[in-house]
Amino acid sequence: MARLIRMDTTGHSTLAEWTAGDHEAIERAVAEFRRELDSGYYAMVTEGEGHARQVTELPLDAELVILRRPIAGG
Amino acid sequence: MSGALPETAAVYWRPRVDAGRLVRRGRTWTATTFAHTVPFIGTAGLLFALEPLSFPVDFALLAHAWAIPELYARRGANVVRPKPQSDDAPQRVAVGLLGDLVGHDARELHARTGLVPERGTLGVWLVGEAGAVLVVPGGRRVFCWCVKVPEPGLPAADRIAHLLLALRSDEQGFATVANLAFSGAPWRLRRRMHPRTRPALAEGVRLSKLSSPES
Repeated sequence: MARLIRMDTTGHSTLAEWTAGDHEAIERAVAEFRRELDSGYYAMVTEGEGHARQVTELPLDAELVILRRPIAGG
Repeated sequence: MSGALPETAAVYWRPRVDAGRLVRRGRTWTATTFAHTVPFIGTAGLLFALEPLSFPVDFALLAHAWAIPELYARRGANVVRPKPQSDDAPQRVAVGLLGDLVGHDARELHARTGLVPERGTLGVWLVGEAGAVLVVPGGRRVFCWCVKVPEPGLPAADRIAHLLLALRSDEQGFATVANLAFSGAPWRLRRRMHPRTRPALAEGVRLSKLSSPES
């Protein structure tokens, strides 16, 4: 099962879960994904150790999509 | 590698960091350190030669020559200075996620030192919750970068995961967004690091030697 998670003050929260054939769950996940991006999160997909990719559309074939906040120089 | 880190738009005036720019920046940093140090040493030597009784002033000048580079090194070490540890539920959850993102060795080093090693094209990174140290290939120079997630209340391991994901998606962009706090030899940084984090630097230097073109 694929997951959309958001890193937050709880450690992380699972916002949506979906499987390939579950259209209702996919719709919910896409809506949740959009809402989080609109609120300023960036979505990341890990691609093996040492690699990650930022995405602006929910990749339905990804196992894990992680939402992160922007970083800044200290 | 995906597209440029979106955070680079907030620092549009900075040239994008690459290996060549990093070398030049390191040399500039060293030259600046000399410029801060040599005049004090020279003046101390000259004064002593002219009047040996000026030794208290000479000593003060030499102390300045010693202290200024040390202060810079300390500033570098502060980017990965450990903060008070929390073992509450959010931190445990965050450590679990971070553990999923890295391999066994990195998990083990994080548990011991609070820093996560990450190999990149610019060198070996040691990522902490409020900054990162880059050990360049060959292990002869480090760059300390101050970079963080300006979001209150996040567990420490989540902060590291944020930085790690940003680093992995665009390493050069990550170095462009971050503020350089120090550059110099690893031994200079090591002396000013918290004892808990020193093994991470040793591991970073070891890994960077493995990936060095000279090795």
